[in-house]
Amino acid sequence: MTSEEGRGADAAAIDVAYVARLARIDLTPEEQARFQRQLDEVVAYVRKIREPDTSGIEPTAHAVAVRNVFRDDAPRPGLDRGEVMANAPAVVQGLFRVPQIVE
Amino acid sequence: MDYIPSIGLEVHVQLRTRSKLFCGCGTRYGAEPNSQVCPVCLGYPGTLPVVNREAVRLTVVTGLMVGSEISPYSKFDRKSYFYPDMPKNFQISQYDRPLCLGGAVAIDVEGASRPIPLKRIHLEEDTAKNTHFEGFSGVDFNRAGVPLMEIVSEPEMHSPEEAFAFLQALKEILLYAGVSDCNLEQGNVRCDVNCSVRPAGSKALGVKTEIKNRNTFREVLHALRHEIARQVGVLEAGGAVGQETLRWDVAAGVTVGMRSKEYAHDYRYFPEPDLLPVALPRAWVEDWRAALPEPPRARRARLAREYGLPEYDAGVLTADPRSADFFEAAARLSPNPKAVSNWIMTEMQRLLAERSLAPSDARITPRALADLVALVDGGTLGSTGAREVFAVLFAEGGDPARIVAERGMAQVSDAGEMGALADRVIAENEAAAADYRKGKQAALQRLVGQVMRLSGGRANPRVVAGLLRERLK
Repeated sequence: MTSEEGRGADAAAIDVAYVARLARIDLTPEEQARFQRQLDEVVAYVRKIREPDTSGIEPTAHAVAVRNVFRDDAPRPGLDRGEVMANAPAVVQGLFRVPQIVE
Repeated sequence: MDYIPSIGLEVHVQLRTRSKLFCGCGTRYGAEPNSQVCPVCLGYPGTLPVVNREAVRLTVVTGLMVGSEISPYSKFDRKSYFYPDMPKNFQISQYDRPLCLGGAVAIDVEGASRPIPLKRIHLEEDTAKNTHFEGFSGVDFNRAGVPLMEIVSEPEMHSPEEAFAFLQALKEILLYAGVSDCNLEQGNVRCDVNCSVRPAGSKALGVKTEIKNRNTFREVLHALRHEIARQVGVLEAGGAVGQETLRWDVAAGVTVGMRSKEYAHDYRYFPEPDLLPVALPRAWVEDWRAALPEPPRARRARLAREYGLPEYDAGVLTADPRSADFFEAAARLSPNPKAVSNWIMTEMQRLLAERSLAPSDARITPRALADLVALVDGGTLGSTGAREVFAVLFAEGGDPARIVAERGMAQVSDAGEMGALADRVIAENEAAAADYRKGKQAALQRLVGQVMRLSGGRANPRVVAGLLRERLK
């Protein structure tokens, strides 16, 4: 892990072209421009949260003041295989068939 | 010029839990594909993960075994990436607040002991398993969500052999702590290797490359030997090592660049909003600390001291805590711990390896082994007979004295019966007898062999040799 790996969360704006490439989504130039405009508006709206003075307040990872929620290590049956594979676009030997994964 | 390699390891260990990290699906290996899955581990929208307490405990126990600081406050984060083996498009991992910080694993290389410092130990979910076909791939989600503990070392190993020693020492600790089965064939331990070289005398580390996903320690050793030679070759030729991710091609014995590097990784870590932070009560951690087993190195030293074993024996026996447990149980019942150790190190290990069994699969009990040693030491059984009895005990269990009696395997030391055989052999082998009388010692062995054969292997060879010598004076 390096520091630049986490930079997305702090970036002031959203670079739609870059995010689309990471997510492997093909956007037309028109879509890219439209989403960029929309997301810029969303970010501008959310940016209001920077207005209150938060100096001296400890950062938190969660809005709920609850900790240590665990479950016991007890296995229980999952989904029926037929049900699981019903959503697969294609199946091969009981596996979800996907485009070739390259290393 | 001399070059100093710097090697760091990221070891992913499958924890021994019965259910997955964030849902109740089972973790059994070898189940039918996609038969241990549910909406949570399939990444369906709207599902909520809940942390398996046992996975947290096993990670913390590992940290305690290696002297890590246990974080008073820890949390989970989302690591975003897009790959068919991760349907949520993020992996739940830990970024800046891992469960354990620091610690060290001591290794022994060329007779010297050295602690290899650790950066951190964190908990994350495993991804699905991909199978590659001609032109497409298949995904099995049984492994998705299985708890993985990632142990990250500092880049402070300086040879492939040190990296190998680190992995072996770590595996021993994991086995002792009972946190993982460490079954390498089942991919329980997988390793990413970072490696750079720098000219001797230079302070700054060289540019590192990363070799992904090795699951045997031998592969790590071989990949590192190759990669270090490759990097030194590049530098010697006046070139520069590029920072890249490599794959070890087992068949060709070379490292090759991975194409996925075309997309620079940007994991966009952020706190997992669906999980609450972990702030382990001190009392829990102290309870777990109090229940820690004796570490492998301490046990090795104790076995050598308490039972008078050579260092070598103690090392072999303690490599697997189950072997060490068996040894101690048998040695406590026997006045001859060294003989007990010999049986476990040779016959038992050989039979286990031949049949790919775990020590717990053998039917022999510590009591039976101690009794077998007593039968040999008392002269009732010779070495060949003892091995035969051991094989029976190993496969079927039982009481060695009864096996010896039932099969008529007791050595015959009776001078009358053996004397008659000795007389007969001397009469039938005049040439050999004459040779011995002329001073050829080897001739006696031939005669002893004949008596052994006539007795069906039951004669005590020492007694036979004495009887023959007396008669040939």
